[in-house]
Amino acid sequence: MPSIDSTFFDIGTMDAISRQDTFVHRMDPRIKVLTTLVFIVCVVSFGKHDISALIPFLVYPLFLVVLGDVPVGYLLRKVMLAAPFAVLIGIFNPLLDREVLVQLGPFGISGGWVSFLSILLRFTMTVGAALILIATTGYHAVCMALERMGVPQVFVVQLLFLHRYLFVLVDEASRMVRARSLRSFQGKGAGIRVFGSMAGHLLLRTLDRAQRIHLAMLSRGFDGNIRPFHPLRVRGWEVMFLLGWSALFVLMRCYNVPRFVGTLIQGFVS
Amino acid sequence: MSHHIVEVKDLRYTYPDGTPALQGVSFRVVHGESVAIVGANGAGKSTLLLHLNGYLAPKGGEIRIGDYPLTRKTLQTVRRTVGMVFQDPDDQLFMPTVYDDVAFGPLNLGLPTSEVESRVLNALSVVDTLHLKNRPPYKLSRGEKRSVAIASVLSMSPDILVMDEPTSDLDPKARRKLIELLKTFKHTKIIATHDLDMVVDLCERTIVIYNGRVIADGPTLKIFENQAILAESHLEKPLGMQGCPVCKNSVVPLRDRGDQ
Repeated sequence: MPSIDSTFFDIGTMDAISRQDTFVHRMDPRIKVLTTLVFIVCVVSFGKHDISALIPFLVYPLFLVVLGDVPVGYLLRKVMLAAPFAVLIGIFNPLLDREVLVQLGPFGISGGWVSFLSILLRFTMTVGAALILIATTGYHAVCMALERMGVPQVFVVQLLFLHRYLFVLVDEASRMVRARSLRSFQGKGAGIRVFGSMAGHLLLRTLDRAQRIHLAMLSRGFDGNIRPFHPLRVRGWEVMFLLGWSALFVLMRCYNVPRFVGTLIQGFVS
Repeated sequence: MSHHIVEVKDLRYTYPDGTPALQGVSFRVVHGESVAIVGANGAGKSTLLLHLNGYLAPKGGEIRIGDYPLTRKTLQTVRRTVGMVFQDPDDQLFMPTVYDDVAFGPLNLGLPTSEVESRVLNALSVVDTLHLKNRPPYKLSRGEKRSVAIASVLSMSPDILVMDEPTSDLDPKARRKLIELLKTFKHTKIIATHDLDMVVDLCERTIVIYNGRVIADGPTLKIFENQAILAESHLEKPLGMQGCPVCKNSVVPLRDRGDQ
């Protein structure tokens, strides 16, 4: 199962990146979560044929990648992992919307292609921003920030446990897959029926483990609340960071900056 | 102090599916004692342990921990008194980092931050894992996980330690280190295990359980010399008490060692 194993180790890489100590990493997680949220809302709210107005938004992810020392290759690979979903959503647009929208010399580009490109661009930027948030903050800190900002604790605890037990689950699943592949020959024993029983088994084991974890929590005084230990503190310049970026995002949302620059240059030339 | 007592009287438990697990177990463990609970697979060891911190409610009989009978009202106090170390440390280490995990119990006790911090650091240094404090639990080796799991219980400063198979899955060196560590603890200890050699090293008293009943309860060495009891409960004499496999000579009986 090279695929399962390597994905597993990749999550470890993400954790290692998030434990770096840069100016971005040291910032209060709530500030980064909020800024990312504003960014994503602005990017997503563009019309379906907008491309040029989206380009300036790249400045935010680039800013964080450079200052937060996030390896770009790794980040792009992670974005690619989710890319099939975006491609599936947009792939039929070129077939459905054939009206020519942009004329580039002899080539006419249909509205479908433009909206497809716009979807891909928006997907890359939003998923990228979310990944950068985790890479510069750490999954745990993001969860804690969400909790402090009033997200119900039930959900936050779910997210925390998802991350913690993902490894254990992947481990268990890959042991099962290995055991099966060692005893299945020429495609026999690898069918859907075996898969079904394996999935069922995994579910039962998971339930069992959930029960044991709950027991372990109860015996250490768990009463439904996870108490975060590390105190969070927002400093003045971090508020400026949030307000500054948010203002820029809103500005770039309301005004098409490339077109504005374009007309400005045209004005100079003529 | 003399209240770190565990007393179990005629404990009975039947699982919801009708499997009888405990059929009248009684014993009394006094302050500072180190007691092993041994028995075949499915004899009821784990079920018994789950009663000691009130996870399972007895269908009959009574449990007293310290000065309290175990009831719904005393549950929180009992859980603070009884520190339970589970067989699979992955079940016990559920927080994102070692530090957070060891702090989980003390934070739930509502202790002030400075106290939590000192307890965590203290517990981690007792089990010699202070250097791991910022690591996520899934990155640790089995032995390290076990040590941290013990620290996560120690940080609540329990009076009684209950452990389920503490030496399973450990390599010999990690096992030896763990045994030496447990020797230094002054707590009342109750250890369920198949590792009879560890029992010889660690516990002066052994309780043998078979089919949900206590079939023997007494000094460890005396019980392990009794072939009939061992055979009945699917056990074997610990290797340390068997003859040398090469020269076939029997070793000096451990009984003599114990008498010194």
